[in-house]
Amino acid sequence: MSQEAQKEKSMILQKEMIEGLFNNLDHAKELGKKVCYTFVPGNLSELIRTFDMLPVYPEINALQSAMRKKSGGYIKEAEKNAHSEDVCTYVKCDVGMMMKGNIGPTGTKIPEPDVLLLSYTGCFTFMKWFETLKREYPNAKVIMVHTPYQENAKMTPQMVEYMVKQFKEEVIPQMEAVTGIKYDEAKLQRMLALSKESEDWITKIFDTTKHRPSPIDAYFAGVYYIGPINIGFRGTQEAVDYYKELYSEIQERIRLGLGPITPEGEMKEEKYRLVVEGPPNWTSFREFWKIFYDMGAVIVASSYTKVGGVYDMGWRHDPSRPLESLAEYCMNCYTNLNIPQRIDLLSKCITDYDADGYITNSIKSCNSFSAGQLGMMREIEDRLEVPVGFIESDLVDPRYFSYSNIKNRLESYFQMLAQRKMMEKENV
Amino acid sequence: MKKYYLGIDLGSTTSKAVIINEQDEIVGRGITNTRANYKVAADIARDEAEYDARFNLLQRKIGEDVTKPEFKKYMQDLRSVFQYGQFRRRMESLERMLNKTVEEFKYENKAAILVKLKEIIETIRPQIQHGFINEDLGSKNQFFRDIVSEKYNVEVEAKGKEYYEPLMLAFDKSITPIENEMVHYNFKELVLEAMKILDEKYKGLADEQEDGSKEDWYYAQLNAVKDNYKNVEFTLRDHIEDIANEEIHVAKMVGTGYGRALLPFPEDCIKSEILCHAYGAHAIFPNTRTVLDIGGQDTKAIQVDSHGLVTSFHMNDRCAAGCGRYLGYIADEFGLSLNELGPEANRATKETTICSTCTVFAGAEVKELLHNGEERPNILAGLHKAIVQRAMSLIARSGGVRNEFTFTGGVARNEAVLKYVKQMVTDSYGDITMNIHTDSIFMGALGGAMFARRNISADLPTAKEKAKQEN
Repeated sequence: MSQEAQKEKSMILQKEMIEGLFNNLDHAKELGKKVCYTFVPGNLSELIRTFDMLPVYPEINALQSAMRKKSGGYIKEAEKNAHSEDVCTYVKCDVGMMMKGNIGPTGTKIPEPDVLLLSYTGCFTFMKWFETLKREYPNAKVIMVHTPYQENAKMTPQMVEYMVKQFKEEVIPQMEAVTGIKYDEAKLQRMLALSKESEDWITKIFDTTKHRPSPIDAYFAGVYYIGPINIGFRGTQEAVDYYKELYSEIQERIRLGLGPITPEGEMKEEKYRLVVEGPPNWTSFREFWKIFYDMGAVIVASSYTKVGGVYDMGWRHDPSRPLESLAEYCMNCYTNLNIPQRIDLLSKCITDYDADGYITNSIKSCNSFSAGQLGMMREIEDRLEVPVGFIESDLVDPRYFSYSNIKNRLESYFQMLAQRKMMEKENV
Repeated sequence: MKKYYLGIDLGSTTSKAVIINEQDEIVGRGITNTRANYKVAADIARDEAEYDARFNLLQRKIGEDVTKPEFKKYMQDLRSVFQYGQFRRRMESLERMLNKTVEEFKYENKAAILVKLKEIIETIRPQIQHGFINEDLGSKNQFFRDIVSEKYNVEVEAKGKEYYEPLMLAFDKSITPIENEMVHYNFKELVLEAMKILDEKYKGLADEQEDGSKEDWYYAQLNAVKDNYKNVEFTLRDHIEDIANEEIHVAKMVGTGYGRALLPFPEDCIKSEILCHAYGAHAIFPNTRTVLDIGGQDTKAIQVDSHGLVTSFHMNDRCAAGCGRYLGYIADEFGLSLNELGPEANRATKETTICSTCTVFAGAEVKELLHNGEERPNILAGLHKAIVQRAMSLIARSGGVRNEFTFTGGVARNEAVLKYVKQMVTDSYGDITMNIHTDSIFMGALGGAMFARRNISADLPTAKEKAKQEN
């Protein structure tokens, strides 16, 4: 089988999964399925599926709107309705989309929510976001779970117990009430076993960047790879099959000594290996990516691909402790780690994947990511003596992506790396 | 043949060129404020750097004598009058353009406007000539536009209200094409012409008596020249032919700055201004570890290692308040030239607080403050302080000042900015060695020239190939 055909197979699988989900959403009423809006960080996908509900992820819709160049209009719509310029642009894009008829990324209408499930409270904006949605959808049930922050860099038994109590006393009874389906722990356990399997595969996939050249880009392509595991397919056989297929395709690339695939074909020469912190810009995703691959830069690890769960350090869903492991999962998403934990994690990536540099893409309207970014960068620079770079853009507001400014900074950064590499060679 | 290396820094306000020799010594530097066309700007800056290089070579040829007061003064005057020669040619073009522009006007009183224009030209032409030949105008780092507009505006004011608008419009329409006109001068012709003018000048001055109306040094220099100028002329004539014919062979060049991507240079000859400023600053002050560069629309805080290589940097994003253009805007608001801003701010008795972080809003705030009777120097001091506070925030974001600190870029020429930088760096980081070079504006171009000499960009693929072969 040719390389191209293999590449397509995993992509086709993913496309089918997403289309299937949106198709089901479009026919939720006929299918008799309830709809649950929730967010990617700390998402309780398996629990949602246990109750046979269909998940909707507003921030995923926002980023997809941006990639389809629709976010600018949606944001303006939200601003017309009194949402300030400084509000998270995911929120404004989502609110604007709703106001314009709630047509989702595949062109079909997204149904109204029966449940607004907030299972990660580390992002304060999420709470305000659902408060806004609650006003628009007064019939939706709001279920909120308080997720303790890993202030002391660990999840204590008390923290787990506190969350499990919320699941038992708040989440599960309310889900039962909305769906009329009784909680089935055995079903949840079966899904968690599949989750664990997907998590093993995705960890192996992101670990392939150890190779030279790296067979994948763990940021620009990574955001596609995390799709299934982040948007409700974790805990399904489809996800396991997708990741298995993807892994075998990557293995083939390694065997052939190939670099990552870019929108303009295969990256020919790997000049720089980077670790990136922060979400990408979605409105100019292709242009942003192009600056990197044109320079021969490949991202060998990124924090953004860990927003839906951090699996690098060995943590997995555990079917033998279903609710406990869901509690741990919520507390273990990237932005719920404290700053020293994030520094340790990123340092490990830089060391393990032998990165030449570290870049922060700072998003001003995203507090969950931005808080502490400069301090983290300084600490990593001091600790590992790795060249660091800092750029600023936005998630989905096209007004805040300045191509020439970003290109100018990145060009300078790459030239700085080139100089460093040359000096290192001279000194060897 | 001697090899030279050229660095060109195309900024948003000015373009700079530096020529170095094989020992990394600066042999020539040139600057222009032409910016409509980067190719022309690069050529003008390069020509200027070449003339400067020839003068410097001439001084070297003269040898030890150049330290004698008569040579010193003569060379200074020669450069000034040489500049006047260039200036005069551009002025003639401007005069033609002004006439042509007014001819195309549809004003009813066009004939009268032309008369007024002629009067103005006849008035300012000798003023400018006098400024260059007798008053050291050439050493004031002013551009053609600044010098002409200053004098032109004064005369227009005096012509009465009905002529104000058409005469100002004529100037605005005429100056830019003239500024962007590429004129190649013949070095030898211009030098000989300048020497002739100087010969006349000194002959006339031989009879001037000391009347105590000027400073002592003036008479000291004058006396030295007027007794010896023939001797100096004689020595110079010996070398001018050689110098004018010497080929300044640029073996390699590197372009940098805001407009670098628009330069018709091969890709490997284009370098980031961040790297160039750091490299240039480090070359002049080798202990530099932090570089602050405030240019026209960028402020950069750069950390460098002991080799002058950048370890990290931070730039202003989204807003250019706090950069050189901000000063330009403020200067316009006050009707001052850029060179007057710093000295005026330093006359302040206190610093007015300027709240706004936006250039345009700051303009509105300034109007309000003036209206409320606040003194101009105090407002200017506040504005200068605000700029430096922004720069300090960038420095903090880039990791602070760790060791010797060097300030580069065009804004480093502003004495009020300098005062606040020194004050705030000391307040925040203690007693740190601070370097500010008189050529601070040329640091980017110097870095570029040094990269060109090291052929660093061109070496990269080779180094990569070597590494591959080793593997």
